[in-house]
Amino acid sequence: MNALIHKFTGKTSDGEATLSERIFTSLKVATLPIFGIVVFLLLWSLAAKQIDTSLGKFPGPQSVAQEVVGLYNEHVAEREKADAFYERQEKRNAARVAKDPTYEPRIRNYTGKETFLDQIVTSLITVMSGFILAAVFAVPLGVLLGLSSAFNTAVNPIIQIFKPVSPLAWLPLVTMVVSATYVSDDPFFAKSFVNSVITVMLCCIWPMIINTSIGVASVDSDWLNVGKVLQLSPIKKIQKIVLPASIPAIFTGMRMSLGIAWMVLIAAEMLAQNPGLGKFIWDEFQNGSSSSLSRIMTAVLVIGLIGFCLDRAMLVIQRWVSWDKASAAR
Amino acid sequence: MLSLKKLLISSFFTAASCVVSISSVAEELGYPEKEELTFGFIKLTDMAPIAIAYENGYFEDEGLYVTIEAQANWKVLLDGVVDGRLDGAHMLAGQPIAATIGYGTQANIITPFSMDLNGNGITVSNQVWEKMKVNMPKQADGRVQLPVKADYLKPVVEEIRASGKPFNMGMVFPVSTHNYELRYWLAAGGLHPGFYAPHKGDTSGQLDADVFLSVTPPPQMPATLEAGTIQGYCVGEPWNQQAVFKGIGVPIITDYEIWKNNPEKVFGITEEFAEKYPNTTVRIVRALIRAAKWLDENDNANRPAAVKILSQSNYVGADYEVIANSMTGTFEYEKGDVRSVPDFNVFFRYNATYPYYSDAIWYLTQMRRWGQISEDKPDAWYKETAAKVYRPDIYKTAALSLIAEDLASPSEFPDFVKETGFKPPQTEFIDNITYDGSQPNAYLESLVIGLKQGQKL
Repeated sequence: MNALIHKFTGKTSDGEATLSERIFTSLKVATLPIFGIVVFLLLWSLAAKQIDTSLGKFPGPQSVAQEVVGLYNEHVAEREKADAFYERQEKRNAARVAKDPTYEPRIRNYTGKETFLDQIVTSLITVMSGFILAAVFAVPLGVLLGLSSAFNTAVNPIIQIFKPVSPLAWLPLVTMVVSATYVSDDPFFAKSFVNSVITVMLCCIWPMIINTSIGVASVDSDWLNVGKVLQLSPIKKIQKIVLPASIPAIFTGMRMSLGIAWMVLIAAEMLAQNPGLGKFIWDEFQNGSSSSLSRIMTAVLVIGLIGFCLDRAMLVIQRWVSWDKASAAR
Repeated sequence: MLSLKKLLISSFFTAASCVVSISSVAEELGYPEKEELTFGFIKLTDMAPIAIAYENGYFEDEGLYVTIEAQANWKVLLDGVVDGRLDGAHMLAGQPIAATIGYGTQANIITPFSMDLNGNGITVSNQVWEKMKVNMPKQADGRVQLPVKADYLKPVVEEIRASGKPFNMGMVFPVSTHNYELRYWLAAGGLHPGFYAPHKGDTSGQLDADVFLSVTPPPQMPATLEAGTIQGYCVGEPWNQQAVFKGIGVPIITDYEIWKNNPEKVFGITEEFAEKYPNTTVRIVRALIRAAKWLDENDNANRPAAVKILSQSNYVGADYEVIANSMTGTFEYEKGDVRSVPDFNVFFRYNATYPYYSDAIWYLTQMRRWGQISEDKPDAWYKETAAKVYRPDIYKTAALSLIAEDLASPSEFPDFVKETGFKPPQTEFIDNITYDGSQPNAYLESLVIGLKQGQKL
């Protein structure tokens, strides 16, 4: 039977493809996405031409490309302004010290606007802070839930209720609580930053808790028994057996969380006027200038690209730390 | 310096409240106590003095390092100033007054600097305009005669209401100039804009209304009109010109025609800030005065440059042409009907930056007229409240120090020796009713629609 199939399919030996077939496959892998992107760009520019808004035509690929260049030039120009600002400031400080020797000059940060690139960096810092903060709470809690089924049963309903809550619902509460409790004359973090971080944390903590607890609960009982035989202390047991065994599950949860965190952040920034990409979009929407739509479209694409890169980065880390290399692909 | 001292001594007896500031200015103005500041603004062209003071380096000249942040709406902006996130902000003239008397957010906000005169307009949707236009008197060239009175809107409102639908219009904030101007214009045309009754918990301002007014943030006005939620609105620039540019509505009247040279935005800070950082406060006012002066210099010669700055995305951000339309002395009514309104935006002329008590009192009379102040108040109360909020003493200190440094000349300011803070009775309202700031209760009686002495809802 096998020989017959081989004859018909032209395969030389079991499952081995010919060189030409392999080239064809790799070509397919390389060209198909490009083909997909080209078709998408064509459809996009065709559709864009059909849509008329009160701010002009919907931006096509071309106007977005122009806007990318424009935003970069704006960034460069702003940096030059910043340099001039620091220079003026040094002169002013020097003049004042000459007049008033007791004065201790300080260099103050540039007060100009945040460019698009700055906003991207701000958003990335915020999302990572929220995500790490969530992980700090979620992983230990998940381990506890996974180890104790009684605790799990008690807490599970609460988690299930909070999990589907949108960031927009949390935001007003977070804002009010933060402005009431986070009071200091010279705060280390800006309030808006704290608001965003906490909102992101509240929304992305749940998948991590759930996945960690499932991962911990499904650790092979044989391994736990080995731990019993070796008479490991509870801490050692978690450190040596439970955590390593559940890393694939924990990371699957983390990847989901990071995706959610990124989506939540943009919405939170938009609503709370916290600096970042979300605020950039909102400001442009408010500006209503003829280039606003293409700027927003640029931001949309950048947000997508960054989300994609974050996901890939998590995948790489997961492969790197995980014993079960296949799990990452799931 | 000597002449400055003389001036100061001569003005010593004008107002008791000035004594403190005099002694501080008689020496040289000290370094600012707080150097890093954050100011908030709403995306409107009348925030220009703040942007210009920054871009022209006037803030830096005072040793101030200012960050300027756009705010989502007037409530967020006011809360920012109250909770200290913002050190100061571009505010609606009514906001510091309302905050001080505790309507809405209670806070002691003061204003040492008035930012501009005029600058608002009323826009209606294209459909409403088509209906209004039919009955309107025309000029020889076929264009409609200005000013457009609300009398011509009345039949349209009646028609829409007869069909069982409400007639909705947008304004930007319950205590905004726009709310009072829109109400003034509607009432002058016989349309009732509705009462507030805060003592009964009714802050919608729609009791007995013919036209229902509601709040929409300025930048969203054109979009809300386009969506059909409202049939018209009253807002600052560039959001009226935006409507005619996009072809979604027609600006029909400017506030200059409703009340010639009416006070518009102010610069608001908390009283606590002014007490804690007196030098900083005076220096902020100095920078703002210089900016306002630059904006009006040589018959608006600097306006194109100002428009270029304002059209940057971090300030107003609308297109150059849209902002330029009103800022450079013209106003486009119906598409193509561009008329010259040189005083549409006044930043410095006519003592625009001086915080007049009588301006504050006009806002208080309107709050009483529409029920936001639910009970009668004596004339003295109006004066006291105005003096609590408007602080010409700080303005005077700043102006005198600018004169002393030859950065401004005395002729550009009111005569500080004689100035009482009350403008002479003003007559140029659309309904020809005279306003005398020293007689608030008599003025309220003279208005046809509105709460009268002893009336409580």
